[in-house]
Amino acid sequence: MSALAVNEDYDFNSLKELLDLTDGNLASHLKALEKEAFIGVKKTFVGRKPNTRYFITKTGKKAFEEHLKSLEDIIKAQK
Amino acid sequence: MKDSRDYIRDIAEIRAMMERSSKFLSLSGGAGIMAGIYALLGVYIAYEVLGFNPDEASYDSSSGNYFSRMPELILLAFIILLLALGTAVYFSISRARQKGEKVWNPTARRLLVHMAVPLVTGGLLILILISKGLLGLIAPFTLIFYGLALYNAGKFTYGEVRVMGLVQTALGLMGTYFIGYGLLFWILGFGLVHILYGIYMHYRYGQ
Repeated sequence: MSALAVNEDYDFNSLKELLDLTDGNLASHLKALEKEAFIGVKKTFVGRKPNTRYFITKTGKKAFEEHLKSLEDIIKAQK
Repeated sequence: MKDSRDYIRDIAEIRAMMERSSKFLSLSGGAGIMAGIYALLGVYIAYEVLGFNPDEASYDSSSGNYFSRMPELILLAFIILLLALGTAVYFSISRARQKGEKVWNPTARRLLVHMAVPLVTGGLLILILISKGLLGLIAPFTLIFYGLALYNAGKFTYGEVRVMGLVQTALGLMGTYFIGYGLLFWILGFGLVHILYGIYMHYRYGQ
């Protein structure tokens, strides 16, 4: 979510490299986020190779920001 | 039970991930310093060896000496450009390898694309200027377009690059206004600013 919050979109393989995850691990996390409508998928072809790109949705952005705010609130409350 | 230290670490990790995935952080100050040195060397060669010193916006054919050296000048400019780019790429690759990260990623690609537009436009404009004989404008214009390219690039890498971009653009505009000192502003921009910036980056971010 962090990566998708600051990029217009990000393709599957670059995410894999960035997060250093296996195909399956990454795919299951992405599926879960997609189920919550936090991210969207765009499947295209680059030449003949399939290219899957992910982007954050409005719902996802809101959820991400709320998550950050909650973390900050907890930190403040515990100081 | 998680305490505030864990949450602080969580936030820090999230912010770090946001930085890493959207900014090209393998830029090195050393490349900036080298670029400045190449530029100064180049100007020295151009001035002493080729006798290049445009003190007016355009040349008339009575300064035949200058025109005959044009190909050498362009070659010199190309060599400096290649050296500077090559050094920057080399340093970036070695720095990324040092940090254990890939150099070529979507952010690097976006960085180059966003720099390409002002640079190519500037390059074409300069070719047009050469063909029209408006040679005195070339040096300050390279500064302007380079500055604009840097300003664009700044969005995808260290913020300081944006500032440097504005500085170069301003120097270029001044060089255009004070036409007689075009070369001087060029030295300040490509030479001095690069070196100062490189030193600053080196101390701020380490190499």
